Amino acid sequence: MRYVNVFDEMNLLKRDLDRIFGDWNTWDFPFSRISFLPGIAARQYPMINLSEDGDHYDIKALAPGLDPKKIEVTVTGNTLTISGEKVSTCDAVDQDDYHRCERAAGKFIRTLELPSFVDDKKVSATYTDGILSISLPKAESAKPKYIAIKEG
Amino acid sequence: MTEKTVPMKTQKAIPATRGEERYLRPPVDIYETDDRLTVLCDMPGVKQDDVNVHIDKGVLTIEGRTGLNPEGEAILTEFALANYFRQFELNDQVDPDGIQAQIKHGVLKIDIPKAEQAKPKKIPVKLG
Repeated sequence: MRYVNVFDEMNLLKRDLDRIFGDWNTWDFPFSRISFLPGIAARQYPMINLSEDGDHYDIKALAPGLDPKKIEVTVTGNTLTISGEKVSTCDAVDQDDYHRCERAAGKFIRTLELPSFVDDKKVSATYTDGILSISLPKAESAKPKYIAIKEG
Repeated sequence: MTEKTVPMKTQKAIPATRGEERYLRPPVDIYETDDRLTVLCDMPGVKQDDVNVHIDKGVLTIEGRTGLNPEGEAILTEFALANYFRQFELNDQVDPDGIQAQIKHGVLKIDIPKAEQAKPKKIPVKLG
């Protein structure tokens, strides 16, 4: 005999509702922003995930379809700037030939203030599968110093 | 007196109706030229091996799987990678055997050639 586990179903329903209402700023909204829509959304392009791992900051930026040679990443002190241009295919093709044009494009610039200073000589960036990953080692002055305590 | 251990009847639960994974509808550009349709699809985070494009009964399915989100302590989270899924219905005027797909920098490009009978033909007009 097979049965439906009602509690599992209720848990799943709760999880789905949490996704919709709980973390909408990471779930519902951004997907309209993948396509680089103009207006308010364009201010925050590309979308960024910033994480901290020991003595590194790690940034992932969601930016599909860019030419890696034309992405510009600059670091000054604790300020990171990413700029570039997503080339539109809509310009190259006659407007009448389009069935859909949802992947809007354009120039973008985004500046992010990091929680501490970084070692700007060791910053490295890679672009794979449409995601820009930037690894930023924290500056020596920003790392915690452990002070040995002497017995008096 | 004997004691028997009767195994409990194992009951199989019906699989949950909702999947664990999130799916998104990726944005696409579709344009048509004289001999083909081109589909461009933004799927950041999808590797070449994780993308699945197939056509079945005139329905083009695009499916992409992304890896897990990074470890480390998150400070700012603006996006979460999820899988992508989208379907399009094609008419019978395409050549399903000639479809080619490639993915580069998170953009999937699908080339769908039109069937011979759907290509425009120019008929020369003779002077009578």
